[in-house]
Amino acid sequence: MRAVRRYLRSPAAVIGLALLALVVGVALAAPLAFPGDPLGLAGRPLQWPGANPRFPLGTDPSGRDIAAQIFHGARTSLLIGGVATAVSLGIGIGVGAAAGFYGGWMDDALMRVTEAFQTLPGFLLLLVLVAVFGSAIATVTLAIGIVSWPATARLTRAEFLTLRSREFVQSCRTLGMGNARIMLREILPNALPPVIVYAGVVMASSILLESALAFLNLSDPNIASWGNLIGAGKGVLRVQWYVSAIPGIAILLTVLAVSLVGQGLNDALNPRLEGRG
Amino acid sequence: MSAVLEVGSLAVALPPGADRLFALQGVSFNLHAGEILCMVGESGSGKSMAASAVMRLLPPGVRVAAGRIALDGTDLLAISAPAMRRVRGARIAMIFQDPMTALNPLRRIGDQVGEMFAAHTDLAREDIRRRVLALLGEVRLPDPAAAARAFPHELSGGQRQRAVIAMALALEPRVLIADEPTTALDVTTQAQILALIRDLQRRRGTAVLFITHDFGVVADIADRVAVMQAGRLVEQGPAADILQRARHPYTQALIAAVPPLARAVAAMPPAEAPPVLIVQGVSKTFGRPGLFRRGRVTRAMDDVSLVLPRGGTLGIVGESGSGKSTLARCIVRLLEPDAGSIRLDGTDLLRLTRRDMRRQAARVQMVFQDPFASLNPRRRAGDLVAQGPMLHGVGRAEATARARELFALVGLHPDAADRFPHEFSGGQRQRIGLARALALRPEVLVADETVSALDVSVQAQVLRLLADLRARLGLSMIFITHDLRVAAQICDRVAVMREGRVVEQGDAAAVLGAPRHAYTQALIAAVPGRDWVPPG
Repeated sequence: MRAVRRYLRSPAAVIGLALLALVVGVALAAPLAFPGDPLGLAGRPLQWPGANPRFPLGTDPSGRDIAAQIFHGARTSLLIGGVATAVSLGIGIGVGAAAGFYGGWMDDALMRVTEAFQTLPGFLLLLVLVAVFGSAIATVTLAIGIVSWPATARLTRAEFLTLRSREFVQSCRTLGMGNARIMLREILPNALPPVIVYAGVVMASSILLESALAFLNLSDPNIASWGNLIGAGKGVLRVQWYVSAIPGIAILLTVLAVSLVGQGLNDALNPRLEGRG
Repeated sequence: MSAVLEVGSLAVALPPGADRLFALQGVSFNLHAGEILCMVGESGSGKSMAASAVMRLLPPGVRVAAGRIALDGTDLLAISAPAMRRVRGARIAMIFQDPMTALNPLRRIGDQVGEMFAAHTDLAREDIRRRVLALLGEVRLPDPAAAARAFPHELSGGQRQRAVIAMALALEPRVLIADEPTTALDVTTQAQILALIRDLQRRRGTAVLFITHDFGVVADIADRVAVMQAGRLVEQGPAADILQRARHPYTQALIAAVPPLARAVAAMPPAEAPPVLIVQGVSKTFGRPGLFRRGRVTRAMDDVSLVLPRGGTLGIVGESGSGKSTLARCIVRLLEPDAGSIRLDGTDLLRLTRRDMRRQAARVQMVFQDPFASLNPRRRAGDLVAQGPMLHGVGRAEATARARELFALVGLHPDAADRFPHEFSGGQRQRIGLARALALRPEVLVADETVSALDVSVQAQVLRLLADLRARLGLSMIFITHDLRVAAQICDRVAVMREGRVVEQGDAAAVLGAPRHAYTQALIAAVPGRDWVPPG
């Protein structure tokens, strides 16, 4: 409860939370506000926002409603952000916990694998994965999760390394507790706060990665996503810049919201920072 | 004789939301040239805060609300920040508890001591070098030239503290403030450092404000004593008066809590009691030379053999690095010894597989040193205690009921079960740790420096509780401590360890009263306040 109060005391964190709530609201409202197919032909292409009251945000070069795509795209972005983050946390925490807890050859082996992933630029690896396995939305999401786990793993490992030698862990051992139980029930809850904070960063970068893929026409073309819309607008960027700018702003706001919430969580869960700037 | 440092009705306010409004209230004392004033009190009594206030180095949010601090007649609270910087180090110097953190690990000792001259004087480099060597000789560092070239990690704890003292004395300050300067040191080193401070202070006529929680240290070096309780100075006077005829009840209680070195009645268990735990020829080596690392091999334990009689308390005493904690961890098998056997009622614990050992875990339990680190901060106290029995197949309802009984047994309110560890004081946490260990109904309890982190009055309570529980539950106990006073209080057998070996063992009264081994004799000679017999 103290953490909640500390969180609410920071204006930036509250703004972030409000923005995130707005994005989630937009995603939830999509089927109500725009019940039809957001990728269906809606009207004359390239109408400026406000020019036609039927299309408050205008239409794209194929004559699709931009507002509908923004609303439905919010679902895609949040879904990709959420699932990819979950995949990344799952792999990262598993690898990091095992490496940090057991140490020795297990640590060496797992950390070499992690480093192998870290030395490859994440986006290049993502391009390779998508090129090989196709660009269905499930594949893309999984691929994003797979390229973004190493940092989580390192963070979890560092937490486990310091926590496993603490006296309370030794005292659990003297009670006769097994390794799995010590890892999951005793150490993990204490190791989680920094990992949760980092999850915000992973989520923001997952949304950006998907948009970058879509911009290169490598994401799933059958799904309304902000990245796809930016990609659609790149041919007319000089004149009808709004086609790319509107989803760009949506991405900016969402990533900003997630980052602010992450930063707010960090300050709220780290009471030691209190009273400093 | 006029006072060098005068502190008059000093009040220091804490930031809003702290556990009390004032860290210090109405504190007045004078410090004269050539005397040692010992400021004693338990943790949180404000004794370190008083030192910080004099140095004007209070933590952020804490401020002096009222009062006067004068050095040779100059009001230190009125002068500007740059003027105060000229006072610090040059006219009032300070020694901290931990010499490792007080020194910059990346700079040579000679440079760090020399910095005092560079900051406050305009001596030439060559002069500074000569002064530094002279100082390092004066604090009796062997080979001052080598010490000046050394980095902090290359010196021992005692040598580091000597270097810090050299730094503090560099500019011949009028006042030296020593904040628990020997608490982090071993007892023999502590005795040397105390002698050094006393000697330097005599020769230079420095006024020393010595902050400590240890009445033994007070008895050794104090000229006058000031006793602090919850931010107030409750009593002050000449050392002999306070130590023998304290008038304030708080001082009397503090002194009564100091365990006497010689125990009046030795409650012996029958000497022919069958042994419950036999440790035989146990050795443990840390670090092994690998293919790529030039490993430094440490023999933490070398052929250690001990016997714990049923219902007895075996004290294991020794300085840091003597291998006593390694022994404790080997007995509960947190560490695997390289050789030897540890027999509990005939079962060799070291031959058991990990799985079997987990089942046997209930029979030997351990209480840890640090009451803050040894409890999972995210579990409620009741959970922490019920956890053990539940692991060994007791149902939740029964385990919770047992936990509540144990809370009563160790003197905690049963409602405490719903609170988190950080809501308890150090002594209460140690009681939770004890309840947690007892929940499994062990035959042998291993207590590793269990009372070392506690204030002396709390320490006395926990020691009484341990003695009481041992009698009521028929426990046998291995009690590890560096404090001979504590060992004398609770143990009926004592083993003295040094560098991984047991140098002497036997009845507590015999070992502590008439030690035969030279090392034991040195240890006992170094106990602070050895010649002081508390009244009553």
